[in-house]
Amino acid sequence: MDWMYLLMPISGVEVFWPGLVILGLGVGMIGGFFGMGGGWMITPGLNILGFPMAFAIGTDIAHMAGKSLISTASHARFGNVDYRLGTIMIVGTVVGFESGAQLIMWLERIGRVDQSVRYGYLVLLSLLAWLVFTDIAKKKSKEREARAAGRSVDALATGIEWHKTFHKIKVPPVIHFKMAGIRCSAWLPICVSYLTGLLAGILGIGGGLIRMPALIYLVGCPTHVAVGTDLFEVAVSGLYGAASYSYKGRTELLAAIIMLVGASIGAQIGTVATKYVRGYGIRFFFGIAVIGCAVSVSFKLIAAANPGVRVLFDVAATILILGLVAALSLYIFSRFVGGARRELAMKRNR
Amino acid sequence: MLSSWKQAAGLAALILAALPARLLAAGGGSAQRIVMVADSRGFTGVKAWWTNLYNDSHFYFALVTIIVIPLLGAILGFLTDFLLSRIGIDLRSRTLAEH
Repeated sequence: MDWMYLLMPISGVEVFWPGLVILGLGVGMIGGFFGMGGGWMITPGLNILGFPMAFAIGTDIAHMAGKSLISTASHARFGNVDYRLGTIMIVGTVVGFESGAQLIMWLERIGRVDQSVRYGYLVLLSLLAWLVFTDIAKKKSKEREARAAGRSVDALATGIEWHKTFHKIKVPPVIHFKMAGIRCSAWLPICVSYLTGLLAGILGIGGGLIRMPALIYLVGCPTHVAVGTDLFEVAVSGLYGAASYSYKGRTELLAAIIMLVGASIGAQIGTVATKYVRGYGIRFFFGIAVIGCAVSVSFKLIAAANPGVRVLFDVAATILILGLVAALSLYIFSRFVGGARRELAMKRNR
Repeated sequence: MLSSWKQAAGLAALILAALPARLLAAGGGSAQRIVMVADSRGFTGVKAWWTNLYNDSHFYFALVTIIVIPLLGAILGFLTDFLLSRIGIDLRSRTLAEH
């Protein structure tokens, strides 16, 4: 079984390479489906496979850039990417990310960085989960009311409608975003991306987990366009991150290439699966992913606060994340297979 | 008696001559940057070239990384696109239109 292990040229660790392909495949599906890089899932996986943490992050970011590029191209063909919106948001994201990094430096100087970041992350994830499930509950309630009144609900109706209030603020320049189908002040996506970039910089994450729901609930993008546009941002920031980490000597390109082989298939499956799932279906499972992430962060907090149970809770957090990757990718794959079967059957019957 | 500017110049020369030695003695030598080196002895071919590139220049190492990743992404994306369209899946339109 020696052929299943590969010596990595830079980090010098021997790695079970089929594990890299499987991890890439699973996270590729999740990334293509939800529009996020998935660093919070990959980094612990790479760490388990034997990579030191710094190399795990650098390698993850490098493969994320390639994977997101594939997903962005596929989503663009479905009309899910608003390049104008994505480009405007890059400005806010970069400035916000740098501000967040500066804030972290300040917290580090007063010695409160670890606690602040962990608790901040937990609060944010709880807020996201609440937002997603409140939105779904409101949408269902609207549908019930409409059915009772003998009407049908508009396909573009949403549960939470904060974006409608933000769209009323017409500070120039007001821009029409064709793919997203929205018309609003350019300052709205700039401010939203600054805030999401700031949070990403503070929490040390890529930001897809925050940006995707922000695009839906604050900017007012349809779910599919939020997924595609967010992936465009992940691809750009991933490429910058890959350059930065490689320059610091913390990227294992060989591992990133192996992961990318699995991720390229996974990303296509995840992207095509969005064709067969309604926007609110994507939102629901995104909410499940956020809850899983929040529980794993809670486990890490318990482990950090109680040295006696540290190993137990660290292991539990990792198992939870990998279990979540497996469950979500199985769900996405089943939706892809089911949808593709129906589509092919319809074509044959024509 | 020496004029005041000559006294000042003499003092400045003394400081310039003595200070570096005193600073070195106080600091115990200048701080060194941590140099990371990959062990290239066990590799041949591309892997050996790659490891040596890492050891020689992180700039070129980063440059090759950011060229290879998108290029490989584009090639693999094209290949998977080709495979899926061979199966018969429409990769150009999505009928579901909702929020």
